[in-house]
Amino acid sequence: MRTLLLLTLLFVTGAANATLSVDEIVKRVNKTIYYQGQDGRAQVNMTITDSQGRERKRRLTILRLDASNSDAIEGDAYESEQKFYVYFRRPADVSKMAFLVWKHLDKEDDRWLYLPALDLVKRIAATDKRTSFVGSDFFYEDVSGRRLNEDNHQLLETTDNYYIVKNTPKKPDSVEFAYYKMFIHKASFIPVQVEYYDSSNNKYREAKALAVDTIQGFPTVTKASMKNFRSGSKTVMTYRKIEYNVGLEDELFSERFLRNAPKKQLR
Amino acid sequence: MQRLSSAIALLLLFACPAAFSEEPALPAGLIDASEPMLPTGLNNEPELPSGLGTLPELPSGLSSNPESEENWQSDESPAWQTDGFLEARFGQWRKSRNVLTRHPVAETRLQLTTERAFNSFSVNISADLLYDDSATEQRPKLETGQGWLDLRSANIVFSPLSMVDIRLGRQILTWGTGDLIFINDLFPKDWNSFLIGRDDAYLKAPSDALKLSLFSDSANLDLVYTPRFDADRYIDGERAAYYNANLGRIAGTDAVISVEKPHSWFSDDEIALRLYRNLATFEIALYGYDGFWKSPAGADPNSGNALFPRLSVYGASLRGPLLGGIVNGEWGYYDSKDDASGRNPLINNSEQRLLLGYEHELIANLTLAMQLYSTRMLDYGTYRQSLPGALPAARQNRHEIGARVTWLALDQKLTASLFLRYSTSDRDYYLRPKLHYSVDDHWSYELGANIFHGNQAYTFFGQFQHNDNIYVALRYGL
Repeated sequence: MRTLLLLTLLFVTGAANATLSVDEIVKRVNKTIYYQGQDGRAQVNMTITDSQGRERKRRLTILRLDASNSDAIEGDAYESEQKFYVYFRRPADVSKMAFLVWKHLDKEDDRWLYLPALDLVKRIAATDKRTSFVGSDFFYEDVSGRRLNEDNHQLLETTDNYYIVKNTPKKPDSVEFAYYKMFIHKASFIPVQVEYYDSSNNKYREAKALAVDTIQGFPTVTKASMKNFRSGSKTVMTYRKIEYNVGLEDELFSERFLRNAPKKQLR
Repeated sequence: MQRLSSAIALLLLFACPAAFSEEPALPAGLIDASEPMLPTGLNNEPELPSGLGTLPELPSGLSSNPESEENWQSDESPAWQTDGFLEARFGQWRKSRNVLTRHPVAETRLQLTTERAFNSFSVNISADLLYDDSATEQRPKLETGQGWLDLRSANIVFSPLSMVDIRLGRQILTWGTGDLIFINDLFPKDWNSFLIGRDDAYLKAPSDALKLSLFSDSANLDLVYTPRFDADRYIDGERAAYYNANLGRIAGTDAVISVEKPHSWFSDDEIALRLYRNLATFEIALYGYDGFWKSPAGADPNSGNALFPRLSVYGASLRGPLLGGIVNGEWGYYDSKDDASGRNPLINNSEQRLLLGYEHELIANLTLAMQLYSTRMLDYGTYRQSLPGALPAARQNRHEIGARVTWLALDQKLTASLFLRYSTSDRDYYLRPKLHYSVDDHWSYELGANIFHGNQAYTFFGQFQHNDNIYVALRYGL
């Protein structure tokens, strides 16, 4: 039954894909990576390997809730404000810290960090989204998403498997890249590879989807890497216990649960 | 079985659209080709940048490649989740003096923290075992944290109703908006730990209290009841030198303050309230406190002992985003109830305290925070009239500007911060530089200093000018 459903979906999307514009492609990518389902939950293992092969590991749990209950591309119904709750488990110096983000579409995100040893709820002033997420090679923006209207999108090529899309920032001064290229898997809209280029056309950064699984009908990246060619550093993120439409409550994303981690939801 | 069916589904996923759109099926070589494949036709497009010819391999899951099993061992949460660290910390005074201990800090510390979630409640325990060579007392005193055991927390948390949280037992409590400046946070601080160079986390001393939190759509209420007064771990001369008004000079181990601390259960109690909510993305709060000055703020003329006079505090705060940064403001009215008229020169006057702060990320990983802080004595005229002529008079207003610069570098392994408080009215300052470096997931180093200066020995920071120190720490996270 599930296979049949998948097949039906495939034929439908496959037929529709023939006429997709680049805007529709990047919207589907955006939805697939950041907005699937009403909410989501995953455990993340992160391994950061520097140029000398030294490893650092992080373990955290991410909860996400979308304000919109639609996944529809039409009218950008899927796109909405989101709330994220990140609970750190490892290493010891960040254990039990919690990070709360209210992601807005038209203004800076609100971010809070809870430090359990001090029982302190700190508000984070950082506005630069293209800085490291918890010391990894992923940027904050890679984890929470980048607004589509911040870039111009151009479909370079369509291959058997991929849409190849070039994204050029509208405000080049606000970012470190000159453009980035996405290899988007046509059937799933997963960006299998994202390459970042500087102004002299050198690729200096590359994200890869290393493993994909279909979870509750949603194609989901379960393992991803980010490589920084300048520093020689690489981060691999592995997702586990992924679940969509958990039924997370809005109140979970508040000071109450920063101070008192929602153990049941974090499992 | 589940795995098999999804694998089949995925196989179909690739077979079908190919057949349907009459494209060639995925070449077997694409999945595990060691050489990049050039799709036909791509070479004929001269305007395409070089490098496009290399198409990424399909990830497992989108190809028929089986997903390699990740190492998630030790992932299943144990019943008791335990963390901790082992740390050695050593400090040196800038100048050794006979009113100071040999070292500000010379300790080895093991912290163990454990928690367990049961169905309807959870248990949290955190305890430090330490040997501090500079301590005069090695027998544990749970109230003051002295000795080889410092019990940081031991509490249970439960929710009798969906909109009620209760935390009962020993706990660290913090609220308010200041950065190392506390107006409406009347929970105990450990000023000794702070001044002698322990980790920032030790600025907070535990409370033995009941915290009741009520949540609703219109506002949230925190009520903290401490059945027996929990004082600060205040500067008493034993670990750091201070200005002794009786002696008219800076004193330390030669004149350790003796106190009369309110100690009766349920009558010498404290109550602290916070009513708060969000207005859009601004956080607003009202506060109330009834208890005692947390550090000695009075003296008994007969015994000469220091006192903790009665105190009530009312206040408010606000915090939110402004111009790409975070702005905060906090105000408090300190009602010194044992000296309501201000006529008793031996007991602190009532005060108003006001704080304004703004934090902004200047460039990536470099943050600047500014604070303006003022305190004002409210019965200054009567204070001056009643002050014995020999004693130096405090100013009515004390104004401070403060700054903190924080820089994250080397993939966030290095945190460099500089914290400053400077009083424009008393012309004294406090400087707190710190470097923290995480070598790996376990090892970290810290190097820091505490530097005080004042033209007068009796001003707020001036009195600590003998305490300049530098410290290093090495920590292993478990």
